[in-house]
Amino acid sequence: MRTVLVDSGGANLGSVRYALERLGVNAEVSGDAAVITAADRVILPGVGAAGPGMARLRELGLVDVLRGLRQPLLGICLGMQLLFEGSDEGDETCLGLLPGRVRRMVGGPGLRVPHMGWNRLEPLRESPLLRGIAPGAQAYFVHGYAVAVDDNCVARSVHGQLLAALVQRGNVAGAQFHPERSGAVGARLLANFLEFGVA
Amino acid sequence: MLSRRIIPCLDVRDGQVVKGVRFRDHVVVGAIEDLALRYRDEGADELVFYDITASPEGRGVDVAWVERVARLLDIPFCVAGGIRNVEQARAVLHAGADKVSVNTPALERPALVRELAEAFGVQCVVVGIDSQRDADGEWRVRAYTGDPGRTQALARRTLDWVEEVQALGAGEIVLNCMGTDGVRAGYDLEQLRAVRAACRVPLVASGGAGAPEHFAAAFLEADVDAALAASVFHSGTIRIPELKSALRAQGIEVRDVA
Repeated sequence: MRTVLVDSGGANLGSVRYALERLGVNAEVSGDAAVITAADRVILPGVGAAGPGMARLRELGLVDVLRGLRQPLLGICLGMQLLFEGSDEGDETCLGLLPGRVRRMVGGPGLRVPHMGWNRLEPLRESPLLRGIAPGAQAYFVHGYAVAVDDNCVARSVHGQLLAALVQRGNVAGAQFHPERSGAVGARLLANFLEFGVA
Repeated sequence: MLSRRIIPCLDVRDGQVVKGVRFRDHVVVGAIEDLALRYRDEGADELVFYDITASPEGRGVDVAWVERVARLLDIPFCVAGGIRNVEQARAVLHAGADKVSVNTPALERPALVRELAEAFGVQCVVVGIDSQRDADGEWRVRAYTGDPGRTQALARRTLDWVEEVQALGAGEIVLNCMGTDGVRAGYDLEQLRAVRAACRVPLVASGGAGAPEHFAAAFLEADVDAALAASVFHSGTIRIPELKSALRAQGIEVRDVA
């Protein structure tokens, strides 16, 4: 099986590759349309802002490539946010693979933004992505923008507001948290994605 | 609900972890990778590595050990020390660090904080603040604390600096209370409360932890998001599983230890 990490320029590219290495998987890092299209599993990592993230995908000519994938695709953190229609961060148009818009999180007394640290995953429906992950298991988040909970939400978290922690529709999935930095829980999510796909 | 984080801090010098008292007299504690894995296994929520000599010596971080740590660790870690520009930060982040922390270079050139936030997003940008109370009762920041011979007291008030770095794009603030650092008598709750009131991003308490109740006090009385400590973990005086049990018993949300 060939797993490709999209070279989206995000700073967590190396960390995701190392996490896959710890699972015994040597993923190829590529920005090449043919390599990505031929992969069995595609992961879109990403750290940073939506504007530069989308600019990078446009520069590499990958927007339509990612939109046209039929194999399982997993977006991580900003990579997940780019799967949606648009983001308030820079008023950016994104890939539109999932309906909805990424909104700025609202802080307040006792509620810090960015949402940074370990938070609980609350499953909303059955999914192979959640196999072996107990309800309430904790994962590492670090983000200032978020997606609301809707029908495509597999697991949610609470930080003042309800937010989508894990999403999936068809071949497309996304994790708002960082599986590469979420200990055994994150490793299990990545292993589930590689083994079962998304649906 | 978001957990309160426990963060062992590893001061790095010449590729090894060292520890001093009140920022002086450093002794070697062990190898970077060994300690990183030990704390990960014990349930640390995050690690901070301070290259304590990079900033005073005017050099950048050696990214070789950053990459080795990134390969090993499956929890987040932050690297501090000697990051003076976007390129040095990029090297550290691309080597696998999740966040970079800036201290003295941000005091020398505050625009650095904005440049880092624009390049990598605020969530990658931590500002470390070394702070001490002066004779007039004001808390003020210190620079070059990695080298006691060069440590400088600045005119800048700590609370003003806290506001300024948030406006520039700090995604997290680590407050090192120098008056309590290394003496294990507890965090400086008064100073932490004052900074908390001005701090809308995550705040990490640093300096003074000696017992589990000191961590509990920082969370309950100063509402910090995370508590950082070094010597009590290195010496084994406090073990993280027991610390978390004690915190949980007080109703403080912490991450489960596997």
